[in-house]
Amino acid sequence: MNEKNNSLLIYTLIYFAFLYVPVLFLPLFSFNDADYMSFPLAGFTTEHYEEMWSKRNLHKALWASIKVGVVASVVSTVIALFAAKAFARYKFRGQKVSYGAIMMPFLIPEIILAVALLIIWINLGFKLGLVPVTIGHILFCTPFAMLILIARIEGFDFSLEEASRDLGESAWGTFYRVSFPLYLPGIVAALLLSFIISFDEFILAFFLTGSDATLPMYMWGQMRFVQKLPHVLALGAVILVFTTFIVLLAFWLRNLGQGKAKKDIGINL
Amino acid sequence: MLQSWRKLYAKSENTQAYSLLSPALILVAVAMLVPMMLMLSFSFFTQVSMMEIDFSFTFQRYIDFFQKNLLVTLLIKSVKISFLVTLITLITAYPVCYYIAFYVKKNKMLWLVLLTLPFWTSYLLRVFSWKIILGTKGVINSSLINAGLLSEPLTFLMYSETAVVITLTHAWAAFALLPLYVSLEKIDFSLIEAGRDLGLSRFEVFWKITFPLSLPGVIGAILIIFIPTVGDYVTPALLGGTDGRMLSNMIQAYFGKANNIPLGAASATIMLTTVAIITIIVSNVTKRLTQRLS
Repeated sequence: MNEKNNSLLIYTLIYFAFLYVPVLFLPLFSFNDADYMSFPLAGFTTEHYEEMWSKRNLHKALWASIKVGVVASVVSTVIALFAAKAFARYKFRGQKVSYGAIMMPFLIPEIILAVALLIIWINLGFKLGLVPVTIGHILFCTPFAMLILIARIEGFDFSLEEASRDLGESAWGTFYRVSFPLYLPGIVAALLLSFIISFDEFILAFFLTGSDATLPMYMWGQMRFVQKLPHVLALGAVILVFTTFIVLLAFWLRNLGQGKAKKDIGINL
Repeated sequence: MLQSWRKLYAKSENTQAYSLLSPALILVAVAMLVPMMLMLSFSFFTQVSMMEIDFSFTFQRYIDFFQKNLLVTLLIKSVKISFLVTLITLITAYPVCYYIAFYVKKNKMLWLVLLTLPFWTSYLLRVFSWKIILGTKGVINSSLINAGLLSEPLTFLMYSETAVVITLTHAWAAFALLPLYVSLEKIDFSLIEAGRDLGLSRFEVFWKITFPLSLPGVIGAILIIFIPTVGDYVTPALLGGTDGRMLSNMIQAYFGKANNIPLGAASATIMLTTVAIITIIVSNVTKRLTQRLS
């Protein structure tokens, strides 16, 4: 279709503004020299950013989030890689049911996952902390990682693997030398996006951390105090820039080496 | 001979697939299904004191739930808010996807990445940014007061159901945009052209051709927004006040301050059941609708 539709274009641009402008207020007010986030802006300061260097609890929470994020993203990507391979490669009985079961944690309200994990964890006599949070995050990240990996593996030519087997390579050797290098961009994308999901996740952490706060928990704690808000804004702005960078990197990687036709959004909901 | 080979092959396909799937299935079983079963059994117990739970079987928690007006009201309110959010998100996102699917020629991928990018940033921060906008001393109020259009801040903006609905609509946009775009993109444009050539008006073309063909995306979006938002906690906690409170906030309270784990478990179970029933209704109704339209 070669026609133009200007009213729809304008609407689309307004919608983009609706998506982006609210989030951009975070960095804007993080440089504002006032406790309240209101207009007119008071003056430029980087004081809220400097404050971050001296906050012990912030550093502790950041470290906790990194630990949880790394473990959760690695474990869920490995689990998701096997599952994605099964769905992309084989037709088998119970395919739909298995797919539904693995996608479940992504669909049902997170608070229910959190509450259920909390009950079992306490009743097993374990202490709340980063371990149950990590388990929850693995559960929550696996469906995401799987969607990304299925999109990558689906276009894959499986005769390459068969050729490798016919030429006498072992199953592991075939995976290591043939499949893995071709899946790699997808794997890295899945790792990065799972890490981001875990890094930003709040509800599971809220129920399961006990006293070991993750970064979102730390921010939650600070949000209650008006004087601390600018500090949260500065931290939030840094996190926004960081996550945007990682996500763009993941998007770029995911499309690497894929034909033009396959370049869709990658999440087939 | 050939048949037995085939059988064996099919068998090995199944075995191979399930050995690959087993880690994911075990994860779901151990970290989700078993805990949820335990949650269900706790909903039949009784909290005796701070640390003590009576493990004898009773339906009393469910009776408690429906006898407490507050809980029933919050359940209805949660469903109502989710319904509104789903509806508004769909209606506002549809034209955007329509534009990108049919009018954008170059760099479609870039448009889509830009549309979904905010979704990947922290949910907590996105919700928080609405607090900056809607707050009593927030962006909207301070701008209007500065411009001399207001003397008192608008209080209904913050800590209300409206605030919750606006924020959730923003937060869940990507979940409508993706499925809608995917289903619109798949439509064969020659069908639409054929409709126009047959003399149908733009409106008729949309209702008779485009919209029915995009229904799978609409259904996908409905389920994927409605189900999780019923259980949203962060938005009502930060922006809801008392007016915009949802069932999740009470569930959290039962596991925290109010300390009534069985009642919390019963509330969670009821929430999950409600969501399941609505999901079944929605998918059945839409299935019939699709059949009739096609």
